[in-house]
Amino acid sequence: MTSDWPRVQLHVVTGKGGTGKSTVAAALALGLASHGKNVLLCEVEGRQGVARMFDVDPLPYAETRIATGLRHDDHPPGGVYALHIDPEAALLEYLRMYYKLGPAGRALDRFGVIEFATTIAPGVRDVLLTGKVFEAVQRNSRNRGARQYDAVVLDAPPTGRITAFLNVSESVAGLAKVGPIKHQADTMMTLFRSPRTAVHLVTLLEEMPVQETADAIAELKAARLPVGGVVVNQVRPRDLPDEALEAARTGTLDRTAVEQDLKRAGVEAGEEFVDTLLDEAREYAERRALEDEQREVVGGLGVPTYELERLAAGIDLGSLYELAECLKEQHLA
Amino acid sequence: MRTHPRVGPLAARAVGAPVLDVDALLDDPGTHIVVCCGSGGVGKTTTSAALALRAAERGRKAVVLTIDPARRLAQSMGIRQLDNTPRPVPLVDPAGSLDAMMLDMKRTFDEVVESQASPEKARQILQNPFYIALSSSFAGTQEYMAMEKLGQLYRDARRDGTYDLIVVDTPPSRSALDFLDAPERLSSFLDGRFIRLMLAPARGPARLMSAGFNLVTNALTRILGGQILRDMQTFVAALDTVFGGFRQRAQQTYALLQAAETAFLVVAAPEPDAMREAAYFVERLSGDRMPLQGLIVNRSTIATEESLSAAAAEAAAERLGGQAPVTAGLLRLHADRALLVERQEQLRARFAAAHPHVATAVVPALAGDVHDLDGLREIGTLLAGH
Repeated sequence: MTSDWPRVQLHVVTGKGGTGKSTVAAALALGLASHGKNVLLCEVEGRQGVARMFDVDPLPYAETRIATGLRHDDHPPGGVYALHIDPEAALLEYLRMYYKLGPAGRALDRFGVIEFATTIAPGVRDVLLTGKVFEAVQRNSRNRGARQYDAVVLDAPPTGRITAFLNVSESVAGLAKVGPIKHQADTMMTLFRSPRTAVHLVTLLEEMPVQETADAIAELKAARLPVGGVVVNQVRPRDLPDEALEAARTGTLDRTAVEQDLKRAGVEAGEEFVDTLLDEAREYAERRALEDEQREVVGGLGVPTYELERLAAGIDLGSLYELAECLKEQHLA
Repeated sequence: MRTHPRVGPLAARAVGAPVLDVDALLDDPGTHIVVCCGSGGVGKTTTSAALALRAAERGRKAVVLTIDPARRLAQSMGIRQLDNTPRPVPLVDPAGSLDAMMLDMKRTFDEVVESQASPEKARQILQNPFYIALSSSFAGTQEYMAMEKLGQLYRDARRDGTYDLIVVDTPPSRSALDFLDAPERLSSFLDGRFIRLMLAPARGPARLMSAGFNLVTNALTRILGGQILRDMQTFVAALDTVFGGFRQRAQQTYALLQAAETAFLVVAAPEPDAMREAAYFVERLSGDRMPLQGLIVNRSTIATEESLSAAAAEAAAERLGGQAPVTAGLLRLHADRALLVERQEQLRARFAAAHPHVATAVVPALAGDVHDLDGLREIGTLLAGH
C-alpha cells in the first residue's frame, strides 16, 4: 500500500486545542513505523502526553523506544521512538555540538544566560525546539552514533501558533540580520519549506476548529510552508441510516414501529425510554447535519482529507493501533 | 431486559461534588474579578463572555477581557473587532452594562514603556530590535501583559467607577498558570546576574568584570555576534528603570488576585487530558492561596432519566440485526451515548474524590456553535444550572 506522502520525512501535526492532535500524531507515528521503518515522535510542549498515551515512564531528553509499529500486511513492523524536547537541554546540547565552550558553557548556566535564553528571550525557545527537530531529521556527523530515522513526527503547538513556530527565520530576523544564528535559522527553513516536510492539521467537524484550520492553511501558504492533509477527528459513528436522518431531525420517526422492534429485541421499554431514544436521535441528526455542512467546508480547502471515528470508550494504547490502521488504509501513513 | 430509571445523582451535577452556584457568585457585590483559567480548547473564552453577559443582565457593570478570541466571538457580541480598548456590547434594556475587549500585548507593553520613561528614552526603547521582538513574541509576554492589563482595568474601574466586575480570560498557556509566575519570574530576572552582566559594560569600570563575566561575554559574542550583544545591552540598560515600576505593579496585581474580591474558575472539558490539567490548576491555585471558586466542565453529555446500559443496548441492537435498521441504529446511538456518560461521570467522580471541596458546574454540550448574544445567553443559563 502506498502513502500519499512518500517523500515526506518530517510530519508536523497541529490542530486546535481539544481536537486530539497528540492522539493523531501518535497514531501516525505507529502507522509510519510499519514495514520495518523506524520513526521518531517528538513532543515539544512539556506535557509528557506521549508517555501517558503509551503508558511508559516520563520521557527524558533522550530518544527512547516506546512501542513497536503497526503490523501491516504481515510485514514485520519497525520501532517508534520518542523524544521529549526540553529547550534548556536542547540549548546545552546545541552549544556542546557547535561550540567547544568548555568552562564558559558552565558559566553561561551559572550567570542565568541559559534560563534567559529559554524563558525570556523572545523566539529563542521556539528556535531551540525546532532546531532539535531539524537535527533529528537531518542528522550529521556532529551527533555521532545517533540513530537515523525513516520519518520524524512532531506533535506541534496548536494551529494558532504553528506558522510562527515553524517560521524560525522570521522569528530571529528581528534579532539577527547576519551571523551564526541567522545562518542556522535559514538552513532549518530550507528543510521546513521543502517537500520533505508536511504540516498536517487535525480538526473536528465543528465550526470553530474548521475555521481555524482554514486560517492556518492560509497562513502556512503565505509563509511558503508545505501544507499536508487535514485529519478530521472524532467523527460520529453512522449508526442511523442516512434515509432516517431527516425524520429523526423533524421528530417524525415511526414511533409504533420502534416500540414493536424494541419488544421484538426483548427490551421492555416504557414510554419514557422511547422518548429518550427519539430525543437522542433528534440531537444526533442535528449534529450530523452540522457535521455534513462542515465536511463540505473541509472538502473545499483543497487538501487531502482523512477521517477518524470517535471512540466513545476513550483512547488507550490498543485504540492507537486501530487509529494507525485507519490512517494507513487512507494512505496518510 | 428492562430499562431502568437512573440510580444516583442526575443530570447537571457532578458525582459527589458540591454544586457551583454561578448566579450567587455573579450577584455578590463583593466579587470584583472573575478569572477563568484552563487548558486550550475547553471553551474558556466563550465561558468568560457568557459569564460577563449574564452578570451584566443581572445588573453588574461588567467588562470582559479576552486574550485570543475567535473572530466569531466578537461578532456574536455585535462588535466588529475587539481591540485593546473596551467597547460597549449593544444590549437591549440591560440591568447593568457590558464592555468587551481583547488584549493587544504589544500595545499594552508600549503603553507601559511610554508611561514609565521619558519621551526620549521611550523612543529609544520602542525602536530597539530586541524590544520589538520581545513585545510581540508570543510566549511569556502575553502572560505579563494580561496581568498588566488586568491591573490597569482594575485601577481605572476603582477610580472612575466604570466597572464593578472584570471577567478575565487567561492565555492558553501550556505550563498551566504562567501568568501567576509572571511577577516572580520578572523579579528574579531583573535581580539576576544576567542583567548585571548586561549592564556592566554600560556602567563602565572594568574592575567590575570578574573572570567569569569575561568568560561569559566572550562566549556570547562568539555565539550571538557582537551586534546582538550590543542591542541587548542597550535594551536592558534602557529598560532597567522602566521595569522597576512594572515589577511593582505586577506584584500588586498578584496580591489583588489573592484578595477575597477575586474568584478563580477552572474551566475544563470532560476529557482525561483536560481534567488532568484542571486538577493541576486547582492544586496550583490552592498552593498559591488564590481564591478558587469552582470548576466548570463544559461540553458534557448528560445522563437521561430512563436508560439502558451500553452493553444491553448494544446486545438488543445485535438481536434486531438487519431487520430493523432504524431501531437498531437508535439502540446503537443510545449505547454510544451511555458509554460517553459513563466515562465522563467517572472522570468527574475521580476529580471529586481528589478535590472534594471544589464546587462544580456541569454544562451540557450544545449542538451548534455560538453565533449571537442569544447563544451566549443560553450558555450563561446552562452555567447557572437552569
